[in-house]
Amino acid sequence: MLIVDSDLCVGCGLCEENCAFGAIEVVDGIAVVGESCTLCGSCVDSCEVEALSLEGVEKNVQVDLESWSGIWVYCEYRAGKLAPVSLELLGVGRKLADTRGVELSAVLIGTGTEDTAQELISHGADKVYRADNPALEHFTDECYGSILTTLIREHQPEVVLAGATAIGRSFIPGVANTLGAGLTADCTQLEIRHDDGALLQTRPAFGGNIMATIVCPGSRPQMATVRPKVMQEFEFDAARQGSVVDVVLDETMLSSKVRVLESVVAENYDVNIQDSDILIGGGRGLDSEKGFDLIRELAQSLDGAVSASRAVVDAGWIGYPHQVGQTGKTVAPKLYIACGISGAIQHVAGMQSSETIVAINRDENAPIFNVADFGIVGDLYEVLPKLISKIEGHRKI
Amino acid sequence: MNIVVCVKQVPDAKDVRLDPETNTLAREGVLSIMNPYDQHAVEEAVRLKEQLGGEVTVLSMGPPQAQDVLKQAISCGADRGVLVSDRAFAGADTWATSYTLAKAVKKLGSFDLIICGKQAIDGDTAQVGPGLAVQLGIPFVTCVQKIREAGETEIIMERMMDDGYDVIAAECPLLLTVVKDINEPRVPSLKGKLKAKKTEIMVFNAEDVGADPAKIGLAGSPTQVVDVFPPPPRGERALLTGSIDEQVEQLVHKIAVYL
Repeated sequence: MLIVDSDLCVGCGLCEENCAFGAIEVVDGIAVVGESCTLCGSCVDSCEVEALSLEGVEKNVQVDLESWSGIWVYCEYRAGKLAPVSLELLGVGRKLADTRGVELSAVLIGTGTEDTAQELISHGADKVYRADNPALEHFTDECYGSILTTLIREHQPEVVLAGATAIGRSFIPGVANTLGAGLTADCTQLEIRHDDGALLQTRPAFGGNIMATIVCPGSRPQMATVRPKVMQEFEFDAARQGSVVDVVLDETMLSSKVRVLESVVAENYDVNIQDSDILIGGGRGLDSEKGFDLIRELAQSLDGAVSASRAVVDAGWIGYPHQVGQTGKTVAPKLYIACGISGAIQHVAGMQSSETIVAINRDENAPIFNVADFGIVGDLYEVLPKLISKIEGHRKI
Repeated sequence: MNIVVCVKQVPDAKDVRLDPETNTLAREGVLSIMNPYDQHAVEEAVRLKEQLGGEVTVLSMGPPQAQDVLKQAISCGADRGVLVSDRAFAGADTWATSYTLAKAVKKLGSFDLIICGKQAIDGDTAQVGPGLAVQLGIPFVTCVQKIREAGETEIIMERMMDDGYDVIAAECPLLLTVVKDINEPRVPSLKGKLKAKKTEIMVFNAEDVGADPAKIGLAGSPTQVVDVFPPPPRGERALLTGSIDEQVEQLVHKIAVYL
């Protein structure tokens, strides 16, 4: 726990200013630690009179950290298709592997994967561990988890990355927990620390209100899920060489107590907002569900797709697959037009990588204007019809 | 069917802001609430109890004031509340939290089903549910959007995927995490509120649940936060000017490259 030495503390308040969690305050000239302390230690570093110390937090360090080597990427494959995030992971994985001077390996699990392993090599992998079996047609946490866990134990990679998708966010926590490995969810930035080669994992927290950088000081592998649409793909090179290792699968890896009876691809899922170059987002400023008719019309005039803020998804005006933000999807279209979206940080966290952001809102103080390249203050029901007719006029030229 | 529901008390995320001057979380006026996903977990557990009988226990790890969310769950139909609370838990990451909750669940005795919210809105990791299942050695299904059939031994459900949903059959004991689509949580009744007031919350510390001191709190956490900072700003305020017609005209010109 965090110890305050009352003889040394001068009550200067530096620790209070440095605490990101509001967990320490100066009361009657001495620092007092509150319940929300996370033992992050930033106050200890800030204290000029060395009155603060962390006690009893020595970690159990695995003695053989050095024997873990190589960067691994889990490449998600479902219903005959590779998830796009897989290629983004190979992009960032390639950079990490080159910095560390180690191999980049991909893990491919599914059935009927055919040429996919070679595709992964062309996208940056040095080696592909392929587990291809008809029993792996449907994703199950048990089978996929058991295969990945077994491979990690056998080959001891220092880093394992996966996409922060429905599948990655489900079975990767199980794998990390089984291995006793540290896992950071939804990373938006990954770097190697120069001093010791540790993986610096940065992610948004508190609904995107703060960013936190996390390390795994005493355990391996260092595991992270990575938000889709954040990392850059490695340039495709058909001539790249690599090896494919077919994983020998035993019965325990292919049986699951949880059975998938069927996979249903829902109708409204066919529009994947992450694949669209132009997105028109609707928010509470639309005033009602009917407002989305106007949003759809604008989207149609631009050949774009429709997205939404959490507020209107929660209100039931549009389905969850359209939600952009910290608890929805991360998108990075060429053009994002935010209509009646106030710009809560949790929404902005999901769209700030867009090439050009346009905001239309009647409240000129709406935070969305702080991230917009172009903003119009006005009533959507006046602006949008005019915009649609101008765009259609422009397109006819 | 005996059900354990894990709940967390969280700051209402929409109120949390980082003060750009001091780099600290501005917590003034920020209310503590039951994690919204957990409210759906409680509701689903109570519905299953109403259908199949049994008992619903709500479990939380947190500071003493987290009793409030346990009381709230009882007012919505849960039978008893258990809080695991100890200063030694401070700094726990998802691994240490899963371990601690697993110890508490084992102390509570036998169960058929554990239900958790998909994730907590402060950390958004979605890791504690699967972690708890692994620690208990039971299977798990995440992001359940609908329970189609529930019997004493088998549950048939829909779990949300990125492209639709999978229909899944699984046997108890089992851990589920649920999304908001699964139900509409009820408003506590007057009777429920009275019951919550009268019900004593059981409080366990690290020793009570038999937790290994090396596996809890910061010491038991494989991950460690080394830096916290505000998100990088993007762009400038660039409001167009003139009449709405003029602004629309300018905008179409600016975005012409995408048309």
